[in-house]
Amino acid sequence: MPFIREFGSWLPERVVTSEEAGAWVGSDAEWVRTVSGIDERRFAKDEESVSDMAAWAGLDCLERAGVPASALGMVIVASSSFDRCFPGPAAETALKLGVPGIPALDITMASAGSLFALALARRLTNPAGPILVIGAEKMSSVVTREPQEKGVAILFGDGAGAALVMPDSGKLEILDAELASDGTYAADLFLDPYKPLYMNGRSVIMQASRKVPAVIRTVLQRHDIAPGEVASFLMHQANQNLIVRIAAALKVPLESFYSNIVRYGNTSSASLLIAAAEWSRSAPPMEKGTPVVFAAFGAGFHWGSVLARAV
Amino acid sequence: MDRRSKLIEILSRVAQKEVNPSDDESLFDSGTLDSFALPDLVSALEQEFGISIPDSDMNPRKFETVARISEYLDARQ
Repeated sequence: MPFIREFGSWLPERVVTSEEAGAWVGSDAEWVRTVSGIDERRFAKDEESVSDMAAWAGLDCLERAGVPASALGMVIVASSSFDRCFPGPAAETALKLGVPGIPALDITMASAGSLFALALARRLTNPAGPILVIGAEKMSSVVTREPQEKGVAILFGDGAGAALVMPDSGKLEILDAELASDGTYAADLFLDPYKPLYMNGRSVIMQASRKVPAVIRTVLQRHDIAPGEVASFLMHQANQNLIVRIAAALKVPLESFYSNIVRYGNTSSASLLIAAAEWSRSAPPMEKGTPVVFAAFGAGFHWGSVLARAV
Repeated sequence: MDRRSKLIEILSRVAQKEVNPSDDESLFDSGTLDSFALPDLVSALEQEFGISIPDSDMNPRKFETVARISEYLDARQ
């Protein structure tokens, strides 16, 4: 069985308040908080690239795990905001980790990328060996494109998260995954090169509010686990209002959903692993076998859930 | 209670305020429904009218006006 040994993260220093972001679109911090649950987000410096952030989060993860980069069998980087069409940031990230030569896979998927990467690593770690899964995004380079759309400009931030997937040992055993994609909605959330991000928020929310609880139930039912038995739900941090609705749909307390969107905004494919990293440092010790669920939804649409249990 | 009255009651509950839109008034443009109230409306329609609305019908346009919601319910019932 595959395991998650450790998590890691890296966040830029610069804090952009919702007062500042709201002013870009003629609004204020209170409105931003109401529509998104966000008070702050981080923006990287111009010279800090997606692969820089990915490598820094990866190194944080490896250091916490006590595993040298030289032990890695593969690196997977999920990102939708790197600054060129190809190559993606994975090969550069591996180079910056000091392991050029190992396979480095790009997943160019917004929001759900690190969830898909985690599910893929589960399948590949045996025989590939330790796999460093990273989500890294520089959404500041996207939201500052003119003309800024009100509902988009205030949502996003920069950062990177990482998880080390091992074939033999770790603190979470990955039990199962359920992934899905539907191109019917490709035109409802997309990013063209050099143009502003387009989002049909109504469609995204309608679909996500149904599909995420459903995919979580699917994976839990296969293991005879009720949503109420799950210790923590670790979600892509899309919007606090969406997290509230997903918790309500599953009939579980909102407290079981870890949330840090108030401080970092929506960091697209980085958010799931940034949240997991912070959760793993703050969560009380869990009894062996306690279920933990990861879930995400993003442009495509792509969505899914991963079930793990404490070791 | 006729269907229109029931719809207005549901919309008021979901919007968390008393509303009385005309049949062709956009519930989005008028501010009656925001993005997050839409899935709540769909759940309420399922419950109140005893129907199941598939994900493939989760298109905001189908629920933009009272008239469109009525047309959808006609097709489903």
